[in-house]
Amino acid sequence: MRLLVDIAVTHVQGRGRQTLVSIAGVMLGVGFAIAMAALMQGSQDDFVNTLIDAMPHVQVTDEQRNPAVQPADRSYDAVEFRGLRPEDDVRGILNPVAAIAGLRGWVPGVLSAALSLQGVARYGGTERGVQIMGVEPRHALDVSTIGEDIVAGRFEDLEAAGFSVVIGTGLAKRLSVGPGDSPRLTTATGVARQFKVVGLFHTGVAPTDEGLVYVRLKAAQVLAGRQNAINDIRIRLHDPETARLVATRAEALLGYKAVSWQEANEDLLSAFQIRNTIMYTVVGAILLVAGFGIYNIVSTITHEKARDIAILKSLGFRDTDVRAIFLAEGALMGLAGSLLGAALGFALTLLMSHVEFKAPFETEASHLPVTYNWLHYLIASGLAVGAATIAGYLPARKASEGNPVEIIRGAT
Amino acid sequence: MTALVEARGVTRILPAIVPVTLVKDIDLAVGRGEFIAITGPSGSGKSSLLYLLGLLDAPTAGEVLYDGTPTHELDNTAKAEIRLRGIGFVFQFHFLLPEFTVLGNVMIPMRRLGRWPRAEMQDRAEAILKSLDLADHLSKRPDQVSGGQRQRVAVARALANDPPLILADEPTGSLDSHASEQVFQILKEIPAGGQKSVIAVTHDLAFANRMDRRVHLVDGRIVSDETRAAAPVG
Repeated sequence: MRLLVDIAVTHVQGRGRQTLVSIAGVMLGVGFAIAMAALMQGSQDDFVNTLIDAMPHVQVTDEQRNPAVQPADRSYDAVEFRGLRPEDDVRGILNPVAAIAGLRGWVPGVLSAALSLQGVARYGGTERGVQIMGVEPRHALDVSTIGEDIVAGRFEDLEAAGFSVVIGTGLAKRLSVGPGDSPRLTTATGVARQFKVVGLFHTGVAPTDEGLVYVRLKAAQVLAGRQNAINDIRIRLHDPETARLVATRAEALLGYKAVSWQEANEDLLSAFQIRNTIMYTVVGAILLVAGFGIYNIVSTITHEKARDIAILKSLGFRDTDVRAIFLAEGALMGLAGSLLGAALGFALTLLMSHVEFKAPFETEASHLPVTYNWLHYLIASGLAVGAATIAGYLPARKASEGNPVEIIRGAT
Repeated sequence: MTALVEARGVTRILPAIVPVTLVKDIDLAVGRGEFIAITGPSGSGKSSLLYLLGLLDAPTAGEVLYDGTPTHELDNTAKAEIRLRGIGFVFQFHFLLPEFTVLGNVMIPMRRLGRWPRAEMQDRAEAILKSLDLADHLSKRPDQVSGGQRQRVAVARALANDPPLILADEPTGSLDSHASEQVFQILKEIPAGGQKSVIAVTHDLAFANRMDRRVHLVDGRIVSDETRAAAPVG
């Protein structure tokens, strides 16, 4: 085998300039593929991490995944019911204390119970529809990043005062309120109370900053007129990747809909998959083009070395040996291009990671998010070596099938 | 006694719109220790017969036996194996690999065979080259030595795996008289031990007449097959 590689090396060395151009083609393809993958994976990871940080990993609500079976379903052999109205159901998770205790027993993470209500915030003649989120402040800080988003006051101050509220900067601007002011919160059932603003948060997501307010859970229960009621359990897991499993088990245990962060963002994640598929298709196409360069040079070498091939056969080289020589030539160029391309890709990724930019509302400059993943190097290099080997195969097959006598006769 | 190589009723026809008969009904048996000349006018099928005997080409009819083994049913790989172990070729032009040194060229068949460790291969190759008066040119490339030296390197390469059969196609055809004589003497010594044979295609009747046996072809057929004692000189 060493002999075959030695012969292959002498062949590609003999066409130095063409070999370098072909290797450069593969190098650029692999290098830019790795850099592009690092950037795209980096931005994806950054986005997903932000997503995972910002939202509960599993959220159990007082909804059910499938409508409850109606008594009429069981009584009549009918296919469809129209105009039926079930009795008004009292919303909320039944037996909340037992439900929370049941989850705490096995969930690998922290939980926070909440009561979410629709309502209106009013102040000085201005009003705005809001979602009133009743939480236990200490637990809420455990399961979300709201503490990091506070720009005025403290989230923990919700504990101190009975009817206090933390609102978003967007809502504060619209209502013209600030810390110390007391807007009025009114629920859909008409219950209203004044709440003192003890903090402002800014998440950067406009609907959240303009439409969400945090109050103590007890205060929300008072507004709802239902003692101990909760309709939302938020779970933050030690390992976010286990969210699907935890959600499935929680749903089976409680009978309420439990949504993992992956399910909640399924469209987004599948968009990422499509984006990655497109990226690797483009990368494949680039490497295919680089493969044509290799095909060209190996093909030229087989033509030039026809006499040597005949001589090698006369010396006892098998057809497979001859094929291996030219396959090795393609693979060697692919390998050299891949190694150089990996170095180029690493350098480009490093360069991109130092590019600074500043987003609006951000106080500190950020860098382009990149990911160093050995899989990118493996996939790009593997594709390149594969394309190069395939590019070498066709001329290799042709060379091995040639009749040595015809070539020797031609040469003499 | 089994012939080293034998052609039995061998015919080779090149397929074409008008098929070309290269050799026809050749019967030829070559034993060990023979030094045979194949002569004949241009186009008489001398080289074609050599390639058939060397298993580089396959007969259209008849069969070639190597050391008693019929080869017509062997695949290319098996024939390559016979060439590797049992047959050495020398062509009119040296056909050395230009990227390899003189020593490297001689070591190629040995490396392919893989019978000896690398150091031993090198020793063997050096010994063969030394015996052919090429000891000073081991690390030179083919284009750095003379035509006669190149042809001697080609002979050394043919001898590398110690094959019992050397097939030479006009081995002195491109050399001056001095170099030709040198190459002839080298070829002549190969069968001297009685175990190896040399079959050489040549136009040079002076050389042919100094060989043990002379097979003469005309129009693809053997018209005479005579040993030196019986063969007419000239």
